[in-house]
Amino acid sequence: MTSVLRTTPRPADAAPSSTPEGRRPRRERQGPAYIFLSPWILGAVLLTLAPMAVSLYLSFTDYNLFDPPHWVGLRNYTEMFTEDPRYWRSVRTTLLYVVVAVPLKLGFALAVALLLKGMRKGKGFYRSAFYAPSLLGASMSVALVWRALYNDGGTVDEILSGIGIHTGGWVSDPSLAVFVVALLSVWQFGAPMVIFLAGLQQIPGDLYEAASIDGAGRTRQFISVTLPMLSPVLFFNLVLETIQSFQVFTPAFAISGGKGGPADSTNFYTLYLYERAFSASHMGYASAMAWILLLAIGAVTLVIFRTSRSWVFYANEGA
Amino acid sequence: MSALTRTPAPVATTGPTAARTRRARYRRTALHVLALAVLLVLLYPLVWLLATSLKPTDEVLTSLKLLPSHFEWDNYTTALDGVGGVGVGRLLGNSLLISAGAVIGNVVSCSLAAYAFARLRFRLRGVMFAFMVATMMLPQHAVLIPQYIIFNKLGMVDSYWPLILPKFLATEAFFVFLIVQFMRGLPRELEEAARIDGCGPFRIFRSIVLPLTRPALITTAIFTFIWSWNDFFTQLIYLFAPEKFTITLALRNFVDQSSTSAYGPMFAMSVISLLPIVLFFFAFQRYLVQGMATSGLKG
Repeated sequence: MTSVLRTTPRPADAAPSSTPEGRRPRRERQGPAYIFLSPWILGAVLLTLAPMAVSLYLSFTDYNLFDPPHWVGLRNYTEMFTEDPRYWRSVRTTLLYVVVAVPLKLGFALAVALLLKGMRKGKGFYRSAFYAPSLLGASMSVALVWRALYNDGGTVDEILSGIGIHTGGWVSDPSLAVFVVALLSVWQFGAPMVIFLAGLQQIPGDLYEAASIDGAGRTRQFISVTLPMLSPVLFFNLVLETIQSFQVFTPAFAISGGKGGPADSTNFYTLYLYERAFSASHMGYASAMAWILLLAIGAVTLVIFRTSRSWVFYANEGA
Repeated sequence: MSALTRTPAPVATTGPTAARTRRARYRRTALHVLALAVLLVLLYPLVWLLATSLKPTDEVLTSLKLLPSHFEWDNYTTALDGVGGVGVGRLLGNSLLISAGAVIGNVVSCSLAAYAFARLRFRLRGVMFAFMVATMMLPQHAVLIPQYIIFNKLGMVDSYWPLILPKFLATEAFFVFLIVQFMRGLPRELEEAARIDGCGPFRIFRSIVLPLTRPALITTAIFTFIWSWNDFFTQLIYLFAPEKFTITLALRNFVDQSSTSAYGPMFAMSVISLLPIVLFFFAFQRYLVQGMATSGLKG
């Protein structure tokens, strides 16, 4: 392989990357690339593409892992949409969670990023400290802490009782339990915060100077300079957090005692999918659920992408 | 915001400069006070966890005081016994084995793929790259059941293979993308020079690109370690035998129990399970924060 490269004369070092070189060497140079790519290609075919196809097929079957799959056409889907109230409950729970958790999380992330941006000293310390919950929060341990804090008689409950609001524990209240999971997600705002902060630091200072010379106040500057300049980063965070929120599992599992309780109020989509597949052995039904999740995430992402044209501003584009 | 504090507003600043700098200093102090206050609220659950792990069990639920009446170190000795006859040492060892395997797999396979995407030309490069980026958005549930069937057919269920093997096939596109982003920022001159000196792509990769990519590789390694350590879903699906349990799975036993009799030991075990992440965090937080920041920029 080396010899091939050595004998290939580089035409006067002219733009080595942009123009594909002569026909003959180009063909031979593909070899190394595919060797580098082989683990990834293997994974993409065996663990992504093929499983996606199989999962689509299984979604039209009745399959329990032991007997061969039995074709049932659209029955899994019709059952899901028309005969399974638990399915719709899990959809509503998940949507409520996404709609509450994502904006709150991004709001906090942006607020704290703005707070830190104005600092000269200690920025590094704060940045890391605010980021810590993002790493720890994904663990079972912290989910268990959350369950205890929001339990009947837990710290949050007692504090609320102290100011006259009696909840009797959020974890056991079907109308509140989903918010415990949401608050745990909001608590992990560190990752989008770090991304926001990096984005804020790339906004050129003279934009603010120009704005203040034009008489723009603080709020005006935020709306007319900060938000547009930050919109690509906001877009990135929004897409990422939305996709992740649809798939929340560990905290839901921990807070609901593994069963989606109380009264199915924390039976998140993924929790119900897990139960259908691995407790009830309805692999076909679970595959159908997985495909609807895939389509839903795809659709939501597409909507965000489409609407982004009207609110995401790329500095190097227009002007 | 900082631009505001630094540049004096053109109107209404008739006062002497001394007053202005004093006001700026007050502002900065106020910012710090606010940031520390927010931080205090944020870190409270972690402090609570630490304090509760040392409380006698009957105090966990009855007393709202953060500090225990006396330190119950026995919680930790009970926690060390582990769950179901499997000691904490074994549980930690299992978690460590899986995480270490995942780290090696991800670093090797993702850096190989990233180099091809960032520097080599090949047919379908655009299509493959787009596909790779798209898989970052793919919910794992879409491939979960067939993957389970594959590993079941291979007789690998209830072993660590389903948790480690996929990492050697660069299935975590996030890291491929992260390393590609980093490699694209490297100057090409060194590689060009090496090529003229007769180096092939493998030599260039190993001797030039890989060493320069070290920050991205470290970031990949740390994130992979922490995410594997925290992972629950995959472990829940693939591991059954208690002696193969990870520390995360062992904590799961406390989830099902409605009895609160083991509250103290449960939180002691929680603290033990978080220790490696905390240590990693303190050792490498610079890489973690920068890795996260760069993933959202460029593009």
